[in-house]
Order: sequence, then structure tokens, then C-alpha cells
Amino acid sequence: MKFEYKVQGGDFVRAGHASSEVKKILKQLNVEPSLVKRVVVALYEAEVNIVAHAYNGMAYVDIDASRVLVRLDDNGPGISDIELAMQPGFSTASSTVREMGFGAGMGLPNIKSNSDEFSISSEVGKGTHLEFVVYLNSK
Amino acid sequence: MRIGELVKHIDGKVLCCEECLDSEVVYAFASDLMSDVLTVKCENFLLITGLSNIQAVRTAEMSDIQVIVFVRNKRVSEDMIRLARENSIVLVECSCTMFKVSGILYGLGIKAVY
Repeated sequence: MKFEYKVQGGDFVRAGHASSEVKKILKQLNVEPSLVKRVVVALYEAEVNIVAHAYNGMAYVDIDASRVLVRLDDNGPGISDIELAMQPGFSTASSTVREMGFGAGMGLPNIKSNSDEFSISSEVGKGTHLEFVVYLNSK
Repeated sequence: MRIGELVKHIDGKVLCCEECLDSEVVYAFASDLMSDVLTVKCENFLLITGLSNIQAVRTAEMSDIQVIVFVRNKRVSEDMIRLARENSIVLVECSCTMFKVSGILYGLGIKAVY
């Protein structure tokens, strides 16, 4: 099953819409709650990243019996030093983002810790591509 | 402890999902930073926060949080209540500080998530 969702930069009211829809789908499919949580927390962190840093983006979610594959592509400023961005505590978030309760530099590490496979690539001035997989039969 | 009983101890005001007040709470976490809340691995816990916005409720939805206690007299909006109802999350307003609510709940036997 494949689903896609638009994510609008700067729209904090709608941030989490894709994650909310995916949570409903995974619950309907009777996926174990701890695995649902790993997928939706990672997706929500990624959505918030697009809302906080990019102009717009798309979330593509592909679910089969063995895994959930999530791909997020955004149009935005990109990340010049991915290694630095992956360090817990590093953040370039604005004060608006911090007022929303985010921007602590924990999003990317948390996406990685909730997923079984994780990759990120970025081009400065163009955008960021992030992909993660959660296996549904893992313990 | 039952949510309903716990709310009485902190003199809280329940804003929605009264039908969930008989559910039991075992764990709690206190933070104004949703980034921190999202790193909590367990499910079904109570969140104590002073951050009153729609993303606090979204974070609760993703994190399988049963109850949010908004401390320091923070007011909850209608949009937040609507989203909480959709997800059966009990929202509670409370005039105490985060420290006081944490202390009361800890004294009642509610456990830390780690």
C-alpha cells in the first residue's frame, strides 16, 4: 500500500497530519503498538523538520507485510554538514520553532534511533532527502 | 492510579475525554520540550507540561500519551480539545507548578519513565 502526503513549510498547525493518518492506517492493520509508535514518531519528527526548515515537501509511505518504508523529499535550504546535523543537540532552528517545543537538535538522531534503516542526503540550496525503514517483524 | 483520582489530588480541571477517567496511569514524564517527549520509548503515560499548543497534543498522539496535565495555569484552546477528543487523550488544566505536580504524583506512586 502506498500513500503520499504534502508537507507545507512553516505550517505548524498542520504539522503531524501525515503521521496522524499513517497511525490510523497502521492501527487498522493491527500492527503492534510499539512498532506503530516507532514509525509515527520518526515520521512526525521528519514532518516537523520540513515544517521548521524547508519551503515544502512530500512524505511517501510504502507499507507491506514485512516493513514500512518512508521517504521524505523537501525543497529547502538543505543541510551543509550532515554529520554535524546528526549530532544530538545541534540545531539551526528559529526561535519560533523552539517556542513550539522543538528545535533541540534531537529530531534526526531520534528518527535514526526509531528506525531499522536510515539514510539522509542533502544538497545546499535545493533540499533534503530522508529515508527510513521500520521492520514489522522485528522485536 | 485512576486518572480521575489523580486529577483530584492536583486540583485539576478535566477539559475532555471524561469517559477515560477510569483508566489507570502508571508512568509520567514532565517536560516543556516536545523533542524530549518524543524520545520516550514507553507507551501509555501521563505528560506534565507548561507548553500549551496544538503540537503538544500532536506529540501526545504520536507518543501514545493518555493524559496531558497543563501546569502553571496555561490555557488550552478549542483546537487542542478537538484534536485530543479525536485521539481519546484526557486534557487537564492545573494552576500548580510543574515541580509541585511532579512531586504530588511521585508521592502517589506514579513512576518515572526512566
